[in-house]
Amino acid sequence: MTDPLNVCLEKNKGYDLPDSLYSVGWTRSKRVVLADRENPLPLDCGISFYPVTVEYETYGTLSAAKDNAVFILHALSGDAHAAGWDADWEKDNRPWRSTRPGWWDEMIGPGKAFDTRYYYVICANLLGSCYGTTGPWENNPQTGKPYALNFPVVTVEDWVRLHVRLQVHLGIDQLLAVTGGSLGGQQALAWIINYPERVRSAVIMAASARLGAQGLAFNAVGRQAILSDPSFHGGNYYDSSPPTGGLELARMLGHITYLSYQSMEGKFGRSFQNGTKPCYQLNNEFSVESYLEHQGQSFVQRFDANSYLYLTRAMDYNDATSAGDGDLAAACAAIKAKLLLMSFSSDWLYPPGATRDVARAVLANNRPVSYIEIPSDYGHDAFLLETGKTTPPVKSFLEKV
Amino acid sequence: MDKNGRWDHQLIYNLVESTSSVLDLGCGNGELLARLESDKEVTGQAVEADPARVSEAIQNGVAVYQKDMDQGLPEFNSKSFDYVVLEKTLQVLYRPMIVLEEMLRIGRSCIVSFPNFNYREVVEKLMRTGRMPVTASLPYQWHETPNIHLFTLNDFLDWINDHRVEIVDGYAGNGLDYRPLDLSADSREAEELFFVLRTGKLI
Repeated sequence: MTDPLNVCLEKNKGYDLPDSLYSVGWTRSKRVVLADRENPLPLDCGISFYPVTVEYETYGTLSAAKDNAVFILHALSGDAHAAGWDADWEKDNRPWRSTRPGWWDEMIGPGKAFDTRYYYVICANLLGSCYGTTGPWENNPQTGKPYALNFPVVTVEDWVRLHVRLQVHLGIDQLLAVTGGSLGGQQALAWIINYPERVRSAVIMAASARLGAQGLAFNAVGRQAILSDPSFHGGNYYDSSPPTGGLELARMLGHITYLSYQSMEGKFGRSFQNGTKPCYQLNNEFSVESYLEHQGQSFVQRFDANSYLYLTRAMDYNDATSAGDGDLAAACAAIKAKLLLMSFSSDWLYPPGATRDVARAVLANNRPVSYIEIPSDYGHDAFLLETGKTTPPVKSFLEKV
Repeated sequence: MDKNGRWDHQLIYNLVESTSSVLDLGCGNGELLARLESDKEVTGQAVEADPARVSEAIQNGVAVYQKDMDQGLPEFNSKSFDYVVLEKTLQVLYRPMIVLEEMLRIGRSCIVSFPNFNYREVVEKLMRTGRMPVTASLPYQWHETPNIHLFTLNDFLDWINDHRVEIVDGYAGNGLDYRPLDLSADSREAEELFFVLRTGKLI
C-alpha cells in the first residue's frame, strides 16, 4: 500500500506540530454531565454518585452509520488529551501542554495507527483523576469544599460504566474498538467482558487480567510516600501547600517500574550527572538520580496527590477474573469482541506471561485471538514508545474488524 | 499451485471444506489461512513463534497466537478444530512427538507435510559427496539448517502404526508436482510427503 503519509511519517522523528499533515491539529476538550440526582452513577462500593462531569476530546469525524468510533483509554497519569495540541492550555492553566502534543500523539492522527481520516477517536479523563472529570480535587456540592478523601473509592468497572454513558451520549451503539495500554488496557478488557454488545474489537497493550503482587507492592509504597508527607493533612491540602514531596517520590518509584534493566543501562548506565568522576556527595550524583528527580518534579506540577491514591487503588482492585468467580476463562466467555493483545518482552510490571494468560483464556472458549510479544528493551513504557512496531499490526487489525 | 509455488498450500486449500475451522501451526506470514478465510469462510487460528512473522500474519488479517509449540499446546481444547495444519515444520521442532500428539488431540483431522530424507536425490548426494545433502527441499548447509529432526517416510509410518493413526489421505510431491502417495515406491521417489491423518478407532 503506497500511502504518501506513511512514507512521510517514517522520516519524521520529532513531535508533529499542529500544522503538520499527520497531526490532528489544535484540540479543545469538551465537558458533559453524565450523572446527576435523577440519574446517579452506581459505583461498585455501593454508593450512587452524582454529580459527575466528564472531560473528553474527539478527533476525526463520526460516520453517518456511527460505526467508526475508537475509544482510547488512558493509563494512570493520562488525560483526555490523547493527540494534537491543546488550544486552551493557557485558559485551563495547563502550561505543560504548551510544549508537547497529547500523550498518544504518535498513534493517533492522519496516517497513524488510529487514523483520524477513517476513525472517530474518543478519549475521556477517568473519574477520580484531575484533568476535568470529577475527582477528589473538585468541590463536593453538599459541603462546598473539595471531596479530598471523602471521594468514593472507584474501580475500573466504574470507569467503564461511566464511559459507556459517554458512548450513549455520543449516540454510538457499538464502538469499532476500545484500546489502551497498562491501566488503559485493563479498562479495555473490563469493557469487552462487561459490555460485549457495545464494542466490536479491542487492542490491549502491556496489560493483563490483574496486577501481580509486585505491582500491588509498588503502588502501596507510592501511596505511603504521599500519606506520610507532612503536608498531606489527611488529604485536605487544597488550601495549603500540597504534599509534593510524597507525590514526587511516588512518581519516581513509578518510573522505575516503567523502565527495564536494559533501558536504564542504555539510557543512563552509571554515568555521572556532572563530569566523569564522583564528587563525594550524597545528592544527585548519578544521571539516573537526576532523571527520576526531574520526572518527579515535573509530575507534581500537573498531578493531584489524592487522585494518585484513588487511581492506584482502582488499579490494585481490578481483577478481570472476578467476572468468572476467579476463573479467567469463565470471565472471558462473555467476550464477543475481536481481540489483539500485545505484550513487550522487557515489561516486568505487566509481564508478557500475564498478557498471554488473557489470550489463553479466550482460546479456552474456542474463540480466535491474536497475541504478540513484541521484542523491546523499553520495559512497560514500550506501549508508548514502540509505536513503530505496534502501528503496522494495529492498523491492519482495525481495517479488518 | 498457489502463487508462491507451494503445492502443499494448494492441496490444503483444495482439501479444507468451506466453513470449517482450521488451526495453522507455524503459520509463517499467515497467507494460506488468510486465503482460506476470505475464499472458503473458514474460521481460523494461527500459531507462530517468531514475533516478526506474527506481526506479518496479523497484517494479513489472521488471528495469530505467538507461541513456541515445543511447549505443547494445552491452551487448545480437544477436538476444537476440524483441521490442524503443520506444514514442513515437524523437522525443526525440538519435541516433534509432543506436537504430533497435540495435533491429534486438538483436531478432528491433521494435515502434516515434511521433506523425505530417504528421497533418492538426497541419499545419492550423501553417498556420492560424503557431505550433508543440499537439495530444493533441504536447502541449507549443515551449519545453518533449522532442521534438527530429519526423518524418512518409513520413520513416519512407524509412528503412524505405533499410535494407531488412520491415514485419510496421502500425497507425494516432487518439485512443483504432486500425486497420490504410493507407499512402496515413494519411500525413495517422494521428495516431500503430505498426509491427512486422524486418530484411529480404539480397538
